[in-house]
Amino acid sequence: MTVSLSNPLVMMVAKRTALGFLLLIAISVVIFAGTEMLPGDVAQSILGQSATPEALANLRAEMGLNEPAHTRYFNWFGGMLQGDLGTSLSSGSDISEMIASRLSNTLFLAGWSALVAVPLAIFLGMIAVHYRDGFIDKFISMTTLAAISLPEFFIGYLLIMFFAVTWNLFPSTSIIYEGMPFLDQMTAIALPCATLTLVVLAHMMRMTRAAILNVMSSPYVETAELKGLSPFKIIFHHAFPNAISPIITVVVLNMAYLVVGVVVVEIIFVYPGMGQLLVDHVTKRDVPVVQAAGLIFAAIYIFLNMFADIMAIIANPRLRHPK
Amino acid sequence: MSHSTQVTRDLNRTENTKAAPPLLDVRNLRIGANISFPGEKNHHIVIVDKISFQLQKGHVLGLIGESGAGKSTIGLSAMAYGRGGCEITGGEVFLNGEDILSFNHKSIRQIRGVKVAYVAQSAAAAFNPAHRLGDQVIESALEHGLMSRTEATAFADQLFDKLGLPEPDKFGQRYPHQVSGGQLQRAMTAMALCSKPDLIVFDEPTTALDVTTQIDVLAAIKHAIRETHTAALYITHDLAVVAQISDEIMVLKNGKTVEYGTTEQIINSPQEQYTQSLVTVRSTQKPVTESPDKTPLLRVENISASYDGVNQILSDISLQLHAGQTLSIVGESGSGKSTMARVVTGLLPQQQGKVLFNGTPLPAELKRRDKEQLRRLQMIYQMADVAMNPRQTIDQIIGRPLEFYFGLRGAEKRRKVIELLELIELGEKYIDRYPAELSGGQKQRICIARALAAKPDLIICDEVTSALDPLVAEEILKLLLRLQEQYQVAYLFITHDIATVRAISDTIAVMYQGELVRFGERSQVLSPPYDDYTDLLLSSVPEMELDWLDKVLSSRRMQSAGH
Repeated sequence: MTVSLSNPLVMMVAKRTALGFLLLIAISVVIFAGTEMLPGDVAQSILGQSATPEALANLRAEMGLNEPAHTRYFNWFGGMLQGDLGTSLSSGSDISEMIASRLSNTLFLAGWSALVAVPLAIFLGMIAVHYRDGFIDKFISMTTLAAISLPEFFIGYLLIMFFAVTWNLFPSTSIIYEGMPFLDQMTAIALPCATLTLVVLAHMMRMTRAAILNVMSSPYVETAELKGLSPFKIIFHHAFPNAISPIITVVVLNMAYLVVGVVVVEIIFVYPGMGQLLVDHVTKRDVPVVQAAGLIFAAIYIFLNMFADIMAIIANPRLRHPK
Repeated sequence: MSHSTQVTRDLNRTENTKAAPPLLDVRNLRIGANISFPGEKNHHIVIVDKISFQLQKGHVLGLIGESGAGKSTIGLSAMAYGRGGCEITGGEVFLNGEDILSFNHKSIRQIRGVKVAYVAQSAAAAFNPAHRLGDQVIESALEHGLMSRTEATAFADQLFDKLGLPEPDKFGQRYPHQVSGGQLQRAMTAMALCSKPDLIVFDEPTTALDVTTQIDVLAAIKHAIRETHTAALYITHDLAVVAQISDEIMVLKNGKTVEYGTTEQIINSPQEQYTQSLVTVRSTQKPVTESPDKTPLLRVENISASYDGVNQILSDISLQLHAGQTLSIVGESGSGKSTMARVVTGLLPQQQGKVLFNGTPLPAELKRRDKEQLRRLQMIYQMADVAMNPRQTIDQIIGRPLEFYFGLRGAEKRRKVIELLELIELGEKYIDRYPAELSGGQKQRICIARALAAKPDLIICDEVTSALDPLVAEEILKLLLRLQEQYQVAYLFITHDIATVRAISDTIAVMYQGELVRFGERSQVLSPPYDDYTDLLLSSVPEMELDWLDKVLSSRRMQSAGH
């Protein structure tokens, strides 16, 4: 297949991608400016209150803090683009290394949660459509709503109480490390994964239900009915593909939440992920780490939303197959 | 079809009746719906009552009536399907001797798409936009295990060929948005035929098409069902159309049978008064008038227009219209007739040319026209219900131009609104109602009153009767003609309906693909010698004659574009 710029689909995908990068640059400016405006002096906080003015001046010169802000911004962002995230102030270790393992842990947990939650939400949404306004529909709505209404720490502790303490099925802390056998890893993340699933389920399920119901009154659904198709085939094959754009958007928003919003869950289950890292280093006022983590979160968020936009475009047959 | 085959077929029918039970036997059908208005108790209304008919294998029964006559509802009962809130509350529907109304969900699914298939009015909406046409066409045959995928695809390609679709072996690869409306309608017929059903319900399959396309689709449907010996219920509001295709016709009104007989009898010797009025629906005819020699009210000079600057929609159009006269612009969809209206009203500034009003040029852009220029040129639209704010009362809707152009307020304004309501034969009692409480014809009357309130010199009527039933449309045309006589207002009448054009025009412009093909006085445009397109257009209008379709297909000079 040849790809040319005259194809509207290629054009739109290229535009979204370019827009995503622009947005990322804008956010990097905001993050840099934000930490720049914070009170205090990095050199002072490293050397402590008793440092001599000479020592402070030397350190500043060494760290390049005397350069004008825009030079420092370009050095920092340029380094970021090349994968050099700088050095931590508190530990002096390389931030890239520090973040790499944490990020992969976070993505691991988020990935498995998404793998459970997304198909489950869509399946429940379709079941709700099939039994719309009946008992099963209301039951699904009520339970998922109840789950979303409880704060996530509460759900986490409830799960720990029953599954870890009372029945002793899963560990209450989810410590994973490199080289851990896969099955042990799965057991370890079972409870945080369940907590996250319960938190994101309702939103996706309700959007799936609403989006499919919206197209259920379309003439082409009537056509399918008059072909004598089975109810589930009508929902899955004829309604769902036309309702997919809003569903993708909500699914991706929730996946973004799984990556960047799991601080509380990571802390409850003592899970070594990005959220914990971020919280730790905010308390330590370790600005380079916070900046790097912030930028990575922003990049993931932008990437996922871009992905949603592009998927929604691709899902449209009018764009995929122009006249 | 020749006379002799007609006789043979009649003989066959008599034999069939003796030998086998009818394919479809509907007895005393009664269909109702639960209606609820906000703030009111649910109440049950009867939509269809005491309908009985029989349909033999391979025969075609036409169901005809105005909207609301219950014809689609009856057609869908052959599939035991109630659309929206409709429910079959009484009677029996026997298909091949079995009462399908007593079937459970699972058994009824073995009937739908297998024994009985459905062809909808708007194929564009009835095809799933997310799947290829070919997959949708063979879906019921596969789902019900009637054929293997290879067999079904091969059969679908045959059907595409039989229905005259372009590149039949590749057609199934396309998506619905990639083909035209007429092609979709044929594809829908192929979809219905693909599982080789005994009966197809055609629900106004050609109503949404241009008249030049309708004739081809009609011929394709007729050819296909004759060749496959499929029986059909053909639902339409156009008696002339149904006369070409059915063996028998049932005339319906308000859910009841008015008359039921052979096509020959209904067309040539209708018994009931209502049927007679349908057969001779066009009675209005504007008397011939002389074109005055003074400056025309509207003069369009060498107009060219385009939406994107690349594709020319109108090229070099020149027209004129005198005060108090009617100029009809006819053409099929895509011919540029509505774009013409947009240029005249200033919604789409032209690229080249001038629009002169009473001899003075109008600014091309709407924004640069003054209030007086706006007032003298009003517009009425095809869809009356979307042209009015549903949250405003009739008083507010008609009162708005009175307030805006003449500064009328309070009691004076209300008196004027009542005056206008009486003018359009509705009267004072409608003044505080909302548009949703009115029928289609009444809504269009309100739109006429709103246009008249500005005391315009010219009203642009864009397909104003297309969405209405023939008898209602007739009343609207009569009203427009009476108002013209009374107020000397000129009409620029945009339509695709030749019968309307014949009835009301002084001058006619025929447009085809953005160009003016023919322009002149009515008598001159509508009499030979014709150019090829006008010949096609005029000959495509269904006539109330039994073998019109066959005659036309053998005698026309130009093929339609196949949209």
